[in-house]
Amino acid sequence: MSLTREEVLKVAKLARLEFKDEEIQKFQIQLNDILGYIDILDEVDTDGVEPLIQVNEGLGKLREDEIRKSFTVEEALKNAPQSEADTIIVPKVVGE
Amino acid sequence: MDRFYKLTAFEIKEKISTGEIKAVDVIADIFDRIEKTESKIDSFVSLRKEGALEDAKNIDEKVAKGEALGALAGVPVALKDNMVSYNDPSSSCSKILDGYIGVYDATVAKKIKESDAIIIGKTNMDQFAMGSSTVTSCYKKTKNPWDLERVPGGSSGGSASAVAAQQAIITLGSDTGGSIRQPASFCGTVGLKPTYGRVSRYGLMAFASSLDQIGPFTKTVKDAALCMNVISGSDDYDSTVQDVEVPDYTKFLTGDVRGMKIGVPKEYFVEGMKPEVEKAVRDAMVKFQEMGAEIVDISLPHTKYGVSAYYIIAPAEASSNLARFDGVRYGHRSENYKGVEDLYVKSRSEGFGDEVKRRIMMGTYVLSAGFYDAYYKKAQKVRRLMKEDFEKAFEKVDIILTPTAPSAAFRLDDEKTPLEMYLEDVFTIPVNMAGLPGISVPAEIVNDLPVGIQLVGKPFGEGDILKAADAFEKARGEWNFPEFE
Repeated sequence: MSLTREEVLKVAKLARLEFKDEEIQKFQIQLNDILGYIDILDEVDTDGVEPLIQVNEGLGKLREDEIRKSFTVEEALKNAPQSEADTIIVPKVVGE
Repeated sequence: MDRFYKLTAFEIKEKISTGEIKAVDVIADIFDRIEKTESKIDSFVSLRKEGALEDAKNIDEKVAKGEALGALAGVPVALKDNMVSYNDPSSSCSKILDGYIGVYDATVAKKIKESDAIIIGKTNMDQFAMGSSTVTSCYKKTKNPWDLERVPGGSSGGSASAVAAQQAIITLGSDTGGSIRQPASFCGTVGLKPTYGRVSRYGLMAFASSLDQIGPFTKTVKDAALCMNVISGSDDYDSTVQDVEVPDYTKFLTGDVRGMKIGVPKEYFVEGMKPEVEKAVRDAMVKFQEMGAEIVDISLPHTKYGVSAYYIIAPAEASSNLARFDGVRYGHRSENYKGVEDLYVKSRSEGFGDEVKRRIMMGTYVLSAGFYDAYYKKAQKVRRLMKEDFEKAFEKVDIILTPTAPSAAFRLDDEKTPLEMYLEDVFTIPVNMAGLPGISVPAEIVNDLPVGIQLVGKPFGEGDILKAADAFEKARGEWNFPEFE
């Protein structure tokens, strides 16, 4: 399988990324190079094989669901690029 | 002044606990060493000299008061830049997180501190651990201490070079497809990737969550065992950590491998393999036989599909994990955007480097509607077959011996395509896919460059590979790191 320029643009939109024209071409070539290599998986007979999602199958160890000390508001906001009055500032998202 | 940077972690802890040396002197000497060598190597992206000296004073006070000391008392430790520690910078060497300051300790950072080891700084890495040369860091290029025109490997290149240049005694790295073992081989250090579920990843910036593990770089196998004693074990903050008892790994280091069955998979001797790598593995086979171990031919038939399956699964998981970087709660926020959607797009496009974007694109594509079954599900099925290959092999053998990387360190100016770079991990990826422990041990120096061998164990068989690695290290003899001063 190989990606067209339009597909590269569509994937970029899904990934919330944007590229310059020359970058799109570069990514198209590089991604197709990788996808071409990946195609050897078609050789493998996987009929009846269950997908392996995690090597340690089953639920991991769970702890009690209880209230614990967590971050303070100050700590939670420490790395926010824009914050004011204990809140993170974002562009207007309603009414658009 | 006495030079302490040449000591091992085991020696430092012993000498500090008997009062023979002081932790402040060890830390002062390590920073002196860093100051004299760092301009050539560029291992670190941040240092905490004052904090480390303060910590060292506290250790010395503990000694003076006769208080019990932790297992790594006074040992200078550096963390890869993708591990969070309280009040220290961590950015995964990506512009999108430049300036991020930890508001908590990763579990490994907490355990390192509780062991009375001293965190000295953060090491350079491929951006978000994506790469095999450390050149995708947004900050700088780390040089291989054995040849400054060569890469240290990656993605944990700064952690490997810091140990090889003796700027740190232990460093931690993370390994998703070989990112501890390949740089360990390139820099001539020991590097251990534990079993999936042995070490907590809480506070490790996630790359591919079904594959990532944290592990140590050390000068000796014994130090790796000591470090594993400290960082292993269950954790309330990472449910993938298995409830398996942590043994004292140093107890495995008997030097006795008589009767041990060591499998050598025929699929790992591929056409085009570099002669120095083949020689290192063949010589190691002879050494193990001389020590009374038995070499057994085995087959891992799905090996050749590992890189393909990995480059579906890892980018898919990465594209999901890296969706959190949106310029809102932390990290880089674009200054020029129109509306919230554009804020995400601009912040991400400005903040991520090319290799990260490439993997996000790959991952988004293979997970997108219509392609999920053909790529992601197919890769997970192949992953099961790879795991079963190992399970069958381990019915016959105790551990497996392979090359760590297809070559010794390559040149910094060696322009590889993304696909060529991905093939660097051909011998290490299967171990992550199966969730097994693997260690790279320095074996030989060929043409002035170190070459490592890889030993792979059963799940939670860290003790077995440490035992074999330690015996091999003793048979190999003294290993001298390059000098600079």
